[in-house]
Amino acid sequence: MLLSLPALHLQTSEHHPLFQLPHGRLGPWCSPTGSPAPLSCETGCGEGTWILVCRLLVPTQVSLLSMEEDIDTRKINNSFLRDHSYATEADIISTVEFNHTGELLATGDKGGRVVIFQREQESKNQVHRRGEYNVYSTFQSHEPEFDYLKSLEIEEKINKIRWLPQQNAAYFLLSTNDKTVKLWKVSERDKRPEGYNLKDEEGRLRDPATITTLRVPVLRPMDLMVEATPRRVFANAHTYHINSISVNSDYETYMSADDLRINLWNFEITNQSFNIVDIKPANMEELTEVITAAEFHPHHCNTFVYSSSKGTIRLCDMRASALCDRHTKFFEEPEDPSNRSFFSEIISSISDVKFSHSGRYIMTRDYLTVKVWDLNMENRPIETYQVHDYLRSKLCSLYENDCIFDKFECVWNGSDSVIMTGSYNNFFRMFDRNTKRDVTLEASRENSKPRAILKPRKVCVGGKRRKDEISVDSLDFSKKILHTAWHPSENIIAVAATNNLYIFQDKVN
Amino acid sequence: MAGAAGPAAGSGAAGGDGDDSLYPIAVLIDELRNEDVQLRLNSIKKLSTIALALGVERTRTELLPFLTDTIYDEDEVLLALAEQLGNFTGLVGGPDFAHCLLPPLESLATVEETVVRDKAVESLRQISQEHTPVALEAHFVPLVKRLASGDWFTSRTSACGLFSVCYPRASIAVKGEIKQYFRSLCSDDTPMVRRAAASKLGEFAKVLELDSVKSEIVPLFTNLASDEQDSVRLLAVEACVSIAQLLSQEDIEALVMPTLRQAAEDKSWRVRYMVADKFSELQKAVGPKITLNDLIPAFQNLLKDCEAEVRAAAAHKVKELCENLPIEGRETIIMNQILPYIKELVSDTNQHVKSALASVIMGLATILGKENTIEHLLPLFLAQLKDECPEVRLNIISNLDCVNEVIGIRQLSQSLLPAIVELAEDAKWRVRLAIIEYMPLLAGQLGVEFFDEKLNSLCMAWLVDHVYAIREAATSNLMKLVQKFGTEWAQNTIVPKVLVMANDPNYLHRMTTLFCINALSEACGQEITTKQMLPIVLKMAGDQVANVRFNVAKSLQKIGPILDTDALQVEVKPVLQKLGQDEDMDVKYFAQEAISVLALA
Repeated sequence: MLLSLPALHLQTSEHHPLFQLPHGRLGPWCSPTGSPAPLSCETGCGEGTWILVCRLLVPTQVSLLSMEEDIDTRKINNSFLRDHSYATEADIISTVEFNHTGELLATGDKGGRVVIFQREQESKNQVHRRGEYNVYSTFQSHEPEFDYLKSLEIEEKINKIRWLPQQNAAYFLLSTNDKTVKLWKVSERDKRPEGYNLKDEEGRLRDPATITTLRVPVLRPMDLMVEATPRRVFANAHTYHINSISVNSDYETYMSADDLRINLWNFEITNQSFNIVDIKPANMEELTEVITAAEFHPHHCNTFVYSSSKGTIRLCDMRASALCDRHTKFFEEPEDPSNRSFFSEIISSISDVKFSHSGRYIMTRDYLTVKVWDLNMENRPIETYQVHDYLRSKLCSLYENDCIFDKFECVWNGSDSVIMTGSYNNFFRMFDRNTKRDVTLEASRENSKPRAILKPRKVCVGGKRRKDEISVDSLDFSKKILHTAWHPSENIIAVAATNNLYIFQDKVN
Repeated sequence: MAGAAGPAAGSGAAGGDGDDSLYPIAVLIDELRNEDVQLRLNSIKKLSTIALALGVERTRTELLPFLTDTIYDEDEVLLALAEQLGNFTGLVGGPDFAHCLLPPLESLATVEETVVRDKAVESLRQISQEHTPVALEAHFVPLVKRLASGDWFTSRTSACGLFSVCYPRASIAVKGEIKQYFRSLCSDDTPMVRRAAASKLGEFAKVLELDSVKSEIVPLFTNLASDEQDSVRLLAVEACVSIAQLLSQEDIEALVMPTLRQAAEDKSWRVRYMVADKFSELQKAVGPKITLNDLIPAFQNLLKDCEAEVRAAAAHKVKELCENLPIEGRETIIMNQILPYIKELVSDTNQHVKSALASVIMGLATILGKENTIEHLLPLFLAQLKDECPEVRLNIISNLDCVNEVIGIRQLSQSLLPAIVELAEDAKWRVRLAIIEYMPLLAGQLGVEFFDEKLNSLCMAWLVDHVYAIREAATSNLMKLVQKFGTEWAQNTIVPKVLVMANDPNYLHRMTTLFCINALSEACGQEITTKQMLPIVLKMAGDQVANVRFNVAKSLQKIGPILDTDALQVEVKPVLQKLGQDEDMDVKYFAQEAISVLALA
């Protein structure tokens, strides 16, 4: 069945649709020469430059908070004791996600914690502080478990966080580890009841004989308290590891995808889910590909895509049938025989798939590239961006140290005109789809002070290294930026580098 | 701060009473804030007691404001609160003050938990009836407007359920406003709200003037039915039923049918499923003429839909559809327009479809009469009895009584037997369990002779099944058979076979004998129990397996009341006493229990 797609107001050249951008929105890293070379800030197009707004070391923030808010979590208390410059495994950030307004930013870490940051309210006399994010709430979402039937440890690591559209004064988010998805409510409380009949204000019991009148408790204002409560637990539906969750635009369902299956859930129902995709072969020895990521279309509640380890993307239409084992569209780029190598298959595996906000495009990230596909063209991507092509010659050592299996994510900016994804050595990359310019920036403590302007980085491949360039051989492959997020409407980005969360902002804002 | 909650508004109903009567109420009030959810819940459930003690004025000025802000609590507490407030009018001073209940219910109507919101809306609807028309416009309608224009969609979804209660009692001007608000919710940005509006469309249409239905509701309905989200469109199918009920035949044809036809052919299987699922309601709502012209062809399409879920839903409705056809000409329509499609479904590729059909197809026999059943339906029944999927066969067997009335069971028995035997020996114990449960029914239909000849051995074989649930079901099956066929039959056919098992080398089978005796003794009566069963039970008291021995004690306790005192004193008592000295703890325990229950001490 063919899909009818919405007619978008786009100026489309043959295969390269272009968005008409509002002025001033353009990424500031673009050099006027149009060369893909990153610019230094002096030669910038003058409209703005990325600056560090704040660096949030998650454990530090949490420990401060734990003193104030009495959050009972073993891990948090531990974190207070340790040296903050030293990150333990549990503190490594494993997912970053803005909510729909961009006012809140959630991170999940390997220790099963979720930390939510809130954007500083705008204030007239402190204009420069705008855009800073402070800890709003923190809670232990998942705990390590042991599956006694299968003798398997279930890690508490948060694989994904997804915000729900706001439905009342509280905020809701889904968080998932390998097996269990949880729905959390984050709400504020600023009043508390006071006055008892049977005891006085200090909690001493009163003599029942002295009670001559009844007291109804009254609510008094108190310091704002943010509480996170688990509302639903969606468990026992996944045999394999959950890699994605995605909220449907119908606001009542979401899906969770593991290596071989995709399940559809209703938010209200935890004891059953519908299996909509199952690629498990009858004989596991015939297994040739796994599902690596899945996402719902932002507007069409019936459409979703999933990517595979073979570098392909399938688009399914839930209207056509209850089981979506048969796809509606199949996106695949024919392999270039000249580039064929031992690693071809591994590096073509898609690590992330994201619909553009408009719903017209899909972006996929594989090991070396980011590709943008038009939903209407299945045989090849309309755009391909090299993230770190200089690694092509180093695949062998990347294979040996397992880095080749790293799962980099990718994000769109609010207007779908710029895409961002991570790399090694704490570098992350941005690509402007209109100008075809790109930039490499670095998120690291050593090189960035608050409000400092980020200097573009360049990696040199040949023998001759210019000033400010970094040699491929000196890249630190243990410092990887896998998770990033872009504010839904402004040029604010969040970049997770191990246990640090950096917030950068386009200076023009 | 400390005294603020005190007796300021003091003239409560309990004011003059002594401390004794206040204490329990004070406890209840304090427990509204107890850390234990169960205690809070108890307190909320006794809210009327608290309110009664406080008196109407303090309830209004102190209790309700407190409750309005209690929305942080657990869902079950909020649910109980929402329910309580629906019956609170008397406790706040009668209808004149009913509006005082609106603020707490309004805040409950915006919580995220659907059950709580629904309950709050239900209570609001209840309270709306207690408002005077003036109060309704002064307090209730503004509340509806506030909810309908709320920032968050939870409040707007709640508003959808309140329009139909305030519209009939509102003035003309307000009526216009109400309709306007409803219209805007029908085209709300969030699908949640559109779904809520779509599901309340029919209800709202019912309270509107017929002209307004035609000029205003129908366009809304048409819009919702072509919403871009199929989750909204499918709800329009339900609205179809309510709207069609209000309109004349011509109007249905002109205003509803185009949408319904479109829904039956919707691109999304979920919408078509909904049409299939609501088919009987739709059929009744549009009347016989449109049914014949439009719905039957649509139904045919649903029966051969490409999505199995849709076919299964349609198959479920086959019998109801046929029943509801006008009697005149019914047979011809079924034979010519429905049956050919049913025949295809019998060999459907999907087992859910086949089993859905099997669960209703037997019902057609009564509608079509003997000849047609034998000629056309019987081959289908027989084919389904041989189906590879046990659920299909079970569904046919479970509905045998319908056919039996029409053509008698003999026609089927030749095919029935292999089907039953196969199910009885199915590798899945749940299948075996299901067929056991139909045994008494089959026995009744087939008669004692057929049963003895063909099925009795099956029933006995189940007693030694390796799954306990089957053995257990088999014993209770025997009891039901004895109730049907009588004690003489039991004595001749069942009891000897059961008693033989007492010597089985497997202790589980020996225990089955005891379980059978427990089940059969009452149905068989004193004579058989004393003469045939009791000696066996007593003999088993010397069994080497403790489990058997304590089950002997339990059996004796069970059959004791059926025996006469002589047998009890002379035969049962010594055995129980001996078991009471057993070296096994459990045997001792059950023996002593039996002794005390039977008063043999």
